[in-house]
This record gives sequence, C-alpha cells and structure tokens, in this order.
Amino acid sequence: MSSATVAAAVLPNRRLAGTSPRSRAWGRFKRHRLAMFGSGVILVLVFAVIFGPMILPFDPLHIDLRHRFAPPPGNGHLFGTDQLGRDLLVRLLMAGRISLTIGFMAMVVSTLIGTSVGVTAGYYGGLVGTVLMRIVDAVLCFPSVFLLLALAAFIKPSILTITLIIAATGWMEVARVVQAQIKALRHRDFILAAEMLGASGRYVMTRELLPNAAGPIIVAATLTVARAILAEAYVSFLGYGIQAPTASWGNMLNNAQQYLNSAPWLAIFPGLMITLAVTSFNFIGDGLRDALDARMDLT
Amino acid sequence: MSIMALTPPPIPRDGPLLRVDRLRQWFSSGGFMSPRLTVRAVEDVTFEIGRGEILGLVGESGSGKSTLGRAVLRVTDLTDGRVVFDGQDVSTLSKRQLRPLRARMQMIFQDPFASLNPRMTVGQIVGAPLRIQNPGISRSEVEARVGDALRTVGLADSHAERYPHEFSGGQRQRIGIARAFVLAPDFLVADEPVSALDVSIQAQVVNLLMEIKRKLDLTILFISHDLAVVGHVCDRVAVMYLGRIVEIADTRTLFRNPRHPYTEALFSAVPVADPSRRRQRILLKGDLPSPLAPPSGCAFRTRCRYAIPACAEAVPPLAHIGGGHQKACIRDDLALQPAC
Repeated sequence: MSSATVAAAVLPNRRLAGTSPRSRAWGRFKRHRLAMFGSGVILVLVFAVIFGPMILPFDPLHIDLRHRFAPPPGNGHLFGTDQLGRDLLVRLLMAGRISLTIGFMAMVVSTLIGTSVGVTAGYYGGLVGTVLMRIVDAVLCFPSVFLLLALAAFIKPSILTITLIIAATGWMEVARVVQAQIKALRHRDFILAAEMLGASGRYVMTRELLPNAAGPIIVAATLTVARAILAEAYVSFLGYGIQAPTASWGNMLNNAQQYLNSAPWLAIFPGLMITLAVTSFNFIGDGLRDALDARMDLT
Repeated sequence: MSIMALTPPPIPRDGPLLRVDRLRQWFSSGGFMSPRLTVRAVEDVTFEIGRGEILGLVGESGSGKSTLGRAVLRVTDLTDGRVVFDGQDVSTLSKRQLRPLRARMQMIFQDPFASLNPRMTVGQIVGAPLRIQNPGISRSEVEARVGDALRTVGLADSHAERYPHEFSGGQRQRIGIARAFVLAPDFLVADEPVSALDVSIQAQVVNLLMEIKRKLDLTILFISHDLAVVGHVCDRVAVMYLGRIVEIADTRTLFRNPRHPYTEALFSAVPVADPSRRRQRILLKGDLPSPLAPPSGCAFRTRCRYAIPACAEAVPPLAHIGGGHQKACIRDDLALQPAC
C-alpha cells in the first residue's frame, strides 16, 4: 500500500477525534511542546507583572543612593539595583506591564486594521483590491524602524501614541495573510451558496469568510505581539519611546549601556525578558499555525 | 358587494417559469498591461423551462453548462441577452433587487465538500437561508424548520449540532439539498448533483431529489454529463457544445432520434446493458476547441465526421424541426444512430 492510501485511511479517523473545529485545533496545539512552553512562560509573565509589584516590598521609583549598583542577589534585591538604587526586579515587572500592554494593544489595533484591509481587498478584488494591496506593498517597502523613529520624533511619546505608531507599521503582514486567504476562499461554492441566498457583502465577509480565515489571523496576530514588543524596545532603546522615569524593557536597556562593564545585570535582565517574551510568542505562533492549519479542516 | 369581488383575480400562472433569450456570458481577463482575452463561455443561448418541468443540460466539461446554470440564477452579470423568471425580466436587476427572488431560486452544487462552510454547524448552514431571507425570524422557528428539512432529506434533528466534516459525501449532499429547499423555492439549478458521489449513493440522492420535486412542484435545470441519470429524470434535454445549445428535445425523442452529430457521439459513449447488442462507438478526435478562439461556422465541425465545407461558413441556427425538437446543424440528410 502506498503512503498516500495509508494517509487517506488514517486521516478521516483523526478528523473525527474532536467535535468542533476548535476542539480539534486545541488537541493539535497541546501536542506542540514548544508552544505549550511558550504559553506557560507568557502566563507566568502576565501574572508576575500584574501581581509581582504588589507583593514586592519596593517602589519602582524609590531612589536609594546608598544601595546603588547592588549586584544580584543582594540586600533583599533579588535582581540587584540600578544606578539610582532602584530595585531592578520591581522595575522589570513594571516595565513588563508597559511592554506587554503595548505589545497586546498594538497587536489588537494592527490586527483590526490588517484584517479589515485584507478582507475588503480579498473580497472585492479588482480595482479596490489592487489599490489596497499596492498601498500595503508601499508601506511594507518603507523601512519600518525609520518610519517608527520618524513618527516618534514628531509625536509626543506616551503609551497610546507608541502603540499607535507600532500598529501603524505592523498591520501590513496581517493584511497580506488575510487577503491571500480570503481570495482563496472567495470562489468556493459555499460562498456562492451564500450569495445565491441574497446575502449581503457584509454578511459574506463577516459570517462566511472571516471564520475560515481565523486561523491565519490568530497566527499573524500572535507573531505581531512579538514584533510589537521588539519594536517598542527599539524605539525606547533609541530614546524616542517610553520616557524615564517610567520603565520599559527598551529604555532599561538604554540606561544599562553606560554600565555594561560595571553592572552587566542591568542589561542582562531586561534583555532576557525581551528574549523570553518574544521567543515565547513566536513559539505560540508556530504552534497555532500547526493547530489551526486550514488544510486540516478545509477538506 | 363583498371585498372578495373587488380584489383582482390572481395573475394567471401560465407560460414558462424560465425563459432565456439569446443569453451571452463572456469573461474577460487581462486588459491593463496585458492583451485582453475574452472567453465566450455561453453564446446565444435560447430556451424555456415550463412549470414543473425538469430540463437536462448535458455536454462535456468546458461546454459552458455550469456557467449557463449560474448565469440563469444571476450569480454573474450577463454580457447580453435576457433571463425572464416567472414573467419578470431579471437580466439587469441589481443584487439588492434580486434578493427577494433568491428565495424562489436555489442551487445544488456538484462538490458536497466545497459547498458547505466548514466552520458552520449543519444547523447554521441549513438555517442560513431562513435567516438571510427573513432577518426577524425567531430562533425557535429556524430550529423547527431546519429540523423538518433535515428529516425530509433523511437526516435527524440532532445532526444540526454537527459540523460538515463529520458526514459522508452522500450525507453532505443531503445537507446541501436541505439548504436548497428549506425556503421552498420554485426553481432549482442542480449542477451535477450526483457526479461527485459513489455510484451506490447516486440513486438514493436522485430519488430524494425527485421526491422533493414532487412535493414542492419544483422546476429543475438538471446539469449533468451522466446521460443515464439525465435520461432517467429529465422531461426534456438540451445538449451543449462550446457554449451553444446544439440540440434540444424531449428526452424520449432525443434518445430515440438524435438529429445532431454531437448528440449521436455523446450517446454512443453510453454503455448499454445488453452484451448481444453491437453498435458503433463514435470516438471524437481531439479536444474541445478553445472558447477563446472558437472555429468559424459550426463550432463542432472540427470534430464532426459529417462535416462539409459549408459548415465553416456560418453558425447554424437552432432551428425547429417539429414536435418541439430543435437542432443546430445544416445537414438534414443524416441518419444518426439512436441511444437505445
């Protein structure tokens, strides 16, 4: 028996394993170890940044010059202190609140923009689709770091503006993925069936097409969180992002530059946090890509 | 005087349910920066379907059968010609204007795997027509009518909770049928409704379709390349070749007395369940010519064994030859081999 016939014999049974597409996808996700690890890390991180600062007995802005540059783990400061004697752990967690919030919010905004553009371009196609996708290409051609910095130089930095700036440079990827998926689904018979019932364009886009593009959208959104966290770190590292004394992982790295030799932990911990968060989101994205692969459901 | 006497009498429902007049459906590609190519998928097609009638539409792949079926339902914008549905010209109606009519015309698709949204439950799929056509309908009414529809097609109420991937091809086609008739339409385009199914299932699905047809007094355009099925269910049959109807007649006449060489060639391919009978197989040479550049005159002449020089001169009109039989062939002197 050829491998193709074996696969054909095995696949239908596997498809019957769950009832809804969602539960089958969850089953596949659970088998993806790195993605489960990533989800665990993100969960811990989220809990830590929410509740950590409440539990720790330090104020992230409290300056204590007598205990500056305390190496970890010292004087009750588990991760040491910075050049002003502020507790590094509590600052890392507070910075995590900012960085993760910006990451998630930028993801939501860019996913909304990207999905709307992608669905519209994919559904209508023709002139509308071409114009929209050429705009996407044009924005994509622009070096995003440069765009980020140029925008950040003109707009007063705050969490909201940084989020919007990052979202403005991150929605194109989602738009492309969604447009490709919608275009592929556009001429399937079930869409024709809906149109044959007199369904409006809005109905077809939101009820029939969008749920079938949910997988790629979720994957792209997850990867966008990772990219947004990195983007926030770039901008803040270069001094255009979140401003002192508010901490973000990026501006903590910026501060640490001067003390790389004398106090390397000031750079290592924020760097680790960024790496951990970004790789975790990327792992989750990979796992979701496998779990939500449209080919598993769209026979 | 009673109110009853004042109300006008109902408009007499006579005449054909569907009239198609010189319908053209062309598709263009390219245009900007590349040469424009025009596919003449359907060219000058004229026919009628009477109320309660089943008209078969046969032809090889690429002959424009499905395109014609879709054009008739106004899925596409017609290039030229008219489609008159129940006395109303629908050829130029907008999407919005068509909406109320959609409840009366429905379609069954060939591929039962592509025609059901994999992210919706069967209940949502079969209920969608009700929801789209009556936005204010209550949930309980949708459920009740979906349940009725599912039971009619031989499924159970409980199947409404499930997803399409949990069903076999035949069951999915039943779901597609339930969706098509949940609104009790008058007209149905069945686009190769059984050709994707196992032979053992085909008969069941065809019988189900006929049962529903009788119940709702449906008029059906039955598109198929399976002549055995067409001969079994259709009242009349139209034969298409390269976007044109080349012959149309009632089923019995067409099978006993085909008058177009292409029809003869098609019939010669139908197996006969009688090993003692010998008959000539007519093998058509070559492929269907490209609809981008159809041959001059009769499109079939390049593969026709009766072709004469005159065939290249003009497109033969679909002419009446008596008894509702029409053919598009200039040769009247042929003695063609019947199907049975």
